[in-house]
Amino acid sequence: MASESEPSAAVEDGVRRRDFINIAAVSFAGVGTVAVVLPLVNQMSPSADVLALSSTEIDISAIQTGQAIKTSWRKQPVFVRNLTTAEIDEANKVPLGSLRDAQTLAERTKPGKENWLITLGVCTHLGCVPLGAAEGENRGDFGGYFCPCHGSHYDTAARIRKGPAPTNLVVPPYEFTSDTVVTIG
Amino acid sequence: MSFPWANQYQPQQPLMKWLDEKLPLPRLVYNAIGSGYPVPRNLNYFWNFGVLAGAALVIQIVTGIVLAMHYAAHADVAFNSVEHIMRDVNAGWFIRYAHMNGASMFFIVVYLHIFRGLYYGSYKAPREMVWLLGVVIFLLMMATAFMGYVLPWGQMSFWGAQVITGFFSAIPGVGEPLRVWLLGGFAPDNAALNRFFSLHYLLPFVIAAVIILHIWALHIPGSSNPTGIEVKDEQDTVPFHPYYTAKDGFGLGVFLILFAALTFFTPNLLGHADNYIQANPLSTPAHIVPEWYFWPFYAILRAFTFNFLWIDAKLWGVIAMFAAIALLFFLPWLDSSPVKSSNYRPLYRKFFWVLVADVLLLGVCGKMPAEQPWVILSQIGSIYYFAHFLIILPIVSRIERPEPMPNSITEAVLAKHADDASAATA
Repeated sequence: MASESEPSAAVEDGVRRRDFINIAAVSFAGVGTVAVVLPLVNQMSPSADVLALSSTEIDISAIQTGQAIKTSWRKQPVFVRNLTTAEIDEANKVPLGSLRDAQTLAERTKPGKENWLITLGVCTHLGCVPLGAAEGENRGDFGGYFCPCHGSHYDTAARIRKGPAPTNLVVPPYEFTSDTVVTIG
Repeated sequence: MSFPWANQYQPQQPLMKWLDEKLPLPRLVYNAIGSGYPVPRNLNYFWNFGVLAGAALVIQIVTGIVLAMHYAAHADVAFNSVEHIMRDVNAGWFIRYAHMNGASMFFIVVYLHIFRGLYYGSYKAPREMVWLLGVVIFLLMMATAFMGYVLPWGQMSFWGAQVITGFFSAIPGVGEPLRVWLLGGFAPDNAALNRFFSLHYLLPFVIAAVIILHIWALHIPGSSNPTGIEVKDEQDTVPFHPYYTAKDGFGLGVFLILFAALTFFTPNLLGHADNYIQANPLSTPAHIVPEWYFWPFYAILRAFTFNFLWIDAKLWGVIAMFAAIALLFFLPWLDSSPVKSSNYRPLYRKFFWVLVADVLLLGVCGKMPAEQPWVILSQIGSIYYFAHFLIILPIVSRIERPEPMPNSITEAVLAKHADDASAATA
């Protein structure tokens, strides 16, 4: 810091004028750099038109018991499945302690609508679309969905039971706007 | 930067003398890859692959710039613009097939270059920095190749992008927001395609810059050689030009013949038929496979099928895959043997070949679907891969008794000549 041999540069509290100028200049440049970097980083986040797709309405009246459809929300596949009574019973029979990501079927559906299982069709491992929504597709060892990429098996509540996926298929935010129309997002 | 007996650049023509005073670029080239760079006299053909990798990069940049003149980076038209290149653009099919297979050829020569380094101990002091920069180039190549594969916007492009960016979602907490930020959306789409195109165009030039650093770092101690003995005096070396320009030129000819054979006779041999189907975000191909040069790492990724300690299987897979490459950064310090060349390391030599077999096994596992027996084989292969670098190599380098070594490169060369001569007369 300030030395006694430079009386002209030293002020009474021992801080040199030049120290102040250095700190002020570097701070100013730092703030300026951050101000430039922020938009450069943020330009990579989803743009307004991508975010505008964030709400989708689905008519579920045509889905028979035991059937499922694939639709799309935010460019990601969504499975809407009308569970059979047997499938609901099977999901409720599973002891919670045995699950990797413990959730009941009731927690994954809306009250009074336990037969409507609505999940993203995106495997929580690395994002493939699991099989099992369309007729005749492999539903895996637990009768739900099966991801062919790395062999994750989901049960009838779309909970992970076997394979590398860490969590259950994601339940997106949705509401029943009527008995036959669901709004996702 | 060079040995004292290196040839000196002496321009003869007035123009070259004038240039040498103003901008000594010819001098730089002369000292880097001309007669001014003394090289060990005993290099074998495994020392061709650095030059071949450089040639492959040039081919990729030239064909890539031309392709970019005809390609459109928009999710609606990207696939069709590639078909347009294949069908309508004059010689477009040839340029695209050359670029596709050029990537494979680039990886073939780079893998041989890496295994050359592993066998002959090229990563050891005083060339650690050469090795570290090489690993950086390898990482940049993988990123470039991955993003390039997304551009045709076929099924494998799309699902490859989905799976690879999915790696980032394994990171606890910030993973999913990070993935969305990288993609610019919730799934690969136009934003992702555009930024991948931009970066795919940029990274090869970054690679070229790191290659310059790689060569710069190499020229400080000078090239290694098959005996691993450092150059002692002038009789151990010959000038790079004409001796190794000629030898590399021959290798380049062989390389181009193989490259042309692949491009003209079996252009899709190393590709996937699924990538000629346009990307469909609602349907995953039954069997997602990356390009062949990623297979060993893909096998390591998939080897973790169970949670372990407090970390889930997905994160373990991603950690293991990146660790498999990051491990190479530590190699110069994991192998403490002062002997470089495996020619004089009887024990390491055996384990080297086991490692080669292990990486080939992992490659096969990465290609096959995630079913038995491939899962268990990739688990065994992954364990061995890490064991080689973290357990076997440090132990071997301590307990091994190297075979007797010649005193100099010249002695090794002359002894070999004497052997050949006596064999010929016998």
